[in-house]
Amino acid sequence: MSDVYIVGIDMIKFMKAGTGPAVEALGAQAALMALDDCGLTIQDMEALYCGNLGQAGGMVGQRVLHQIGQTGIPVVNCANACATGATAFREGWMAIKAGVYDTVLAVGVEKMGGGLLGGGGGGGGIPKEGLLGSMTMPAVFAEAGQEHARNYGTTFEQFAKVSVKNHHHSTLNPKAMYQIETPLETVMGSEMIAYPNTKLMCSVNVDGSAAAVIMSEKKVKELGLRGRAVRVKASVLTSDPWQERDLVMPDVNTCTRQAAKKAYEMAGCSAKDINLVELHDCFATAELLHYENLGLCGDGEAGHMIDSGATALGGKVPVNVSGGLLSKGHPLGATGIANLYEISTHLRGEAGKRQVPNARLGMTHVIGLGSACAIHILEKVA
Amino acid sequence: MSKPLPAVDFLKIPESGEPYLEGHKCGGCGAVYLGVRAVCSKCGARGKIAPVKLSNQGNLYVYSIVCRSFPGIQVPYVSAIVDLEGGGTVKGNLIGVDPDPAKIKMGMPVRVVYKDALGRKDKEGNSYLSYFFEPR
Ligand SMILES: [Zn+2]
Repeated sequence: MSDVYIVGIDMIKFMKAGTGPAVEALGAQAALMALDDCGLTIQDMEALYCGNLGQAGGMVGQRVLHQIGQTGIPVVNCANACATGATAFREGWMAIKAGVYDTVLAVGVEKMGGGLLGGGGGGGGIPKEGLLGSMTMPAVFAEAGQEHARNYGTTFEQFAKVSVKNHHHSTLNPKAMYQIETPLETVMGSEMIAYPNTKLMCSVNVDGSAAAVIMSEKKVKELGLRGRAVRVKASVLTSDPWQERDLVMPDVNTCTRQAAKKAYEMAGCSAKDINLVELHDCFATAELLHYENLGLCGDGEAGHMIDSGATALGGKVPVNVSGGLLSKGHPLGATGIANLYEISTHLRGEAGKRQVPNARLGMTHVIGLGSACAIHILEKVA
Repeated sequence: MSKPLPAVDFLKIPESGEPYLEGHKCGGCGAVYLGVRAVCSKCGARGKIAPVKLSNQGNLYVYSIVCRSFPGIQVPYVSAIVDLEGGGTVKGNLIGVDPDPAKIKMGMPVRVVYKDALGRKDKEGNSYLSYFFEPR
């Protein structure tokens, strides 16, 4: 089967939750930017794959077309928690891989509320939050991090360093929500939300959108778009295999490990070949787990890896150079495509001050809480 | 005063005797679940799931000290995941220990205790019995 390419991709600058326009207008902005990025129009698109979580039943993809061109093409609306955008992109990739279409558009968009995610109650009777532990996202990911601390002695300070690094990276990214340095003492001293995650170690709720134009090899040649095209070397989606504790402790590790293994096989490369990674740092604790899950270091070595600076810009394998979800922001349905935008921008050599030099292979990773993992590996073409 | 209701379905309050946590165990592969189910999601076996009484003894697997929660929920408290002896993992509040990482050791032995559900009542005014963990 022939290769599939990203030819146009872009994201809006993420903004404070609730301050963006209506979801369809927000999605339309990124869609038009991605079309402009490759010089095509909505009339050139054969299908739209739209990722949105907050209005999953609201036909958001069609409403985006109502804003930018009702061409009558098929629209698929996707929801897959925080893996929503990556899933929408992957559906488009698959349709081209299967030979059904040559050119499709994928859009991820989210308008967020403020405050804590997760928790809630469900069922009758009395609220369970704070009675039977916590199901808020900061606590769930704190517990996932504590498992690493239990096994390997990982410290609060090491988890906090993730946030220092990603906030630093975001000072070089004008599209990030924040461009603010946060020294270690600031991160560790900010309000404790759920130990060991302080407020600055939790991702930022933002409104945002990102979009990509995906194309077959044949069409790329025909239109002469090879110059800035990025090759999709691997696209993998997994769900959570059964685990002993997963009724009470969502497992973000196993689904990531299985997806990474498949992705490296599909791309014909190993973790050592990857030049940069955008991974799911929804909380600072999560980033360290994924160094090991993605094979960037051995089991138990993630604490050392953050200490060594290997994952900072200038290091061996920079992680979340965009600022990550911690500082760029995390508009759930848009995040997966925004990650692909970041990697593509580096592979094109267009990342400005945060450019990872000589980047040839990059990886994106998202987790839809415990139960979905999407990984893509992208390769420089020209 | 009517007797309290269980806070969750898998907490059983017998007519006589002590309350306990009930698991459901797969006869095919031994996986233990909380709550009734027909099919085992580990091995896919159907009709092999039977109730079992879970132990009140266990060990703290991991925890988080929750300092920010939803309005009306008292913080800080310790959210804990406990592996019970003989199978089953449950989540709940760890009590009887300071909410301080220096005082809480992952792996430490705990017991399951049954107490009123922090004064929480439903719309009809019913009281609830819940479970908690405390060091042993
Ligand atoms: Zn079974």
